[in-house]
Amino acid sequence: MSRRMRRRYLALKVESEQPVNERDVIDAVWKAVLKLFGEYGASQANLSLMEYTPQRNFAILRCSHTALERVRASIASITEINGKPAVVHATGVSGTLRTLRKKALK
Amino acid sequence: MIRFVDLHLRAPIKDLDQVERMIRKSSELGYRLVGLVLPPNIMRDQINQLQHICNDAKIDLVTRVNLSPKTSGELLRDLRRFRRKFEVISVTCTSKGVARQAAKDRRVDLLHFPATDPRKRFFDPAEAELASKALSSLEIEMTPLLLLTGFSRIRLLSRLRREVEIAERFKVPVTISSGATNEYLIRGPHDYAALTVLFNMSVFSALRALSENPIDIVERNREKLSPDYVAPGIRVVRRKNCV
Repeated sequence: MSRRMRRRYLALKVESEQPVNERDVIDAVWKAVLKLFGEYGASQANLSLMEYTPQRNFAILRCSHTALERVRASIASITEINGKPAVVHATGVSGTLRTLRKKALK
Repeated sequence: MIRFVDLHLRAPIKDLDQVERMIRKSSELGYRLVGLVLPPNIMRDQINQLQHICNDAKIDLVTRVNLSPKTSGELLRDLRRFRRKFEVISVTCTSKGVARQAAKDRRVDLLHFPATDPRKRFFDPAEAELASKALSSLEIEMTPLLLLTGFSRIRLLSRLRREVEIAERFKVPVTISSGATNEYLIRGPHDYAALTVLFNMSVFSALRALSENPIDIVERNREKLSPDYVAPGIRVVRRKNCV
């Protein structure tokens, strides 16, 4: 029997000169992971955007726990979204969505 | 709780709004000390103005000057002029002579090498040995890593990997700083620690390079600049008025 895959949830704060939507955020993250770690690295990250609130510029991203540092590095390397200066800060990391939301509300 | 430090903010001093935005952003991201690059001829009231902005943002200001001398003689002259005026002195080493002189001079706090030209990164074992004796620290600036792309970034990463390995071997303290010119280039300390994975630095060493190592530099220099300082380990504790 195979073990269940362990995951990590990252709380992200998106700051950009122009409004961005869910698609823009996940595209920027994928692009950054591909640029830094290539297709092989990206395939191990198991990335998925769980939610995005444009009013608060808040997003939750899920990734494999083994790829956490690489995903964090990739997120930190984002300097633009849709050609405009932007930055994505990882404000919290947790093993469960519930704890991450609790941390984010604090 | 770890006190994080960003010793290298290249904020445009003339644009106080921009300086304020950058300082507030640093504070928001968890930094407790920021080093602002100041022009060597800055006036005391301008520093007080910056100090006021930092106090409002609940962050400690560290005055820093970046020297980029062409010769080792020029470096010695600059060090004589500015050492007692600024809390942190960084030297951008553009030639091997300057790099060697900066590494062995105890008045130099940070050794900085140009990011875009790998031939001008003179941090080799000989440089590291001198730096470890003089307590100079190797500064790694993170903004070029964010801004460079393609082959230039590959070359920089490979160079940084080598330098970090040499620094660890010779026990030269490493300091990680942003070198940001605007608020979009500032990242949180944990994000920088994640980025250092790209040049084989452990997260533990990276967090030390963002907190303990720069704090050591600042505290050592503040002690030396204090009027009560006499020599290492000796300071005036009380003055008596003798008439």
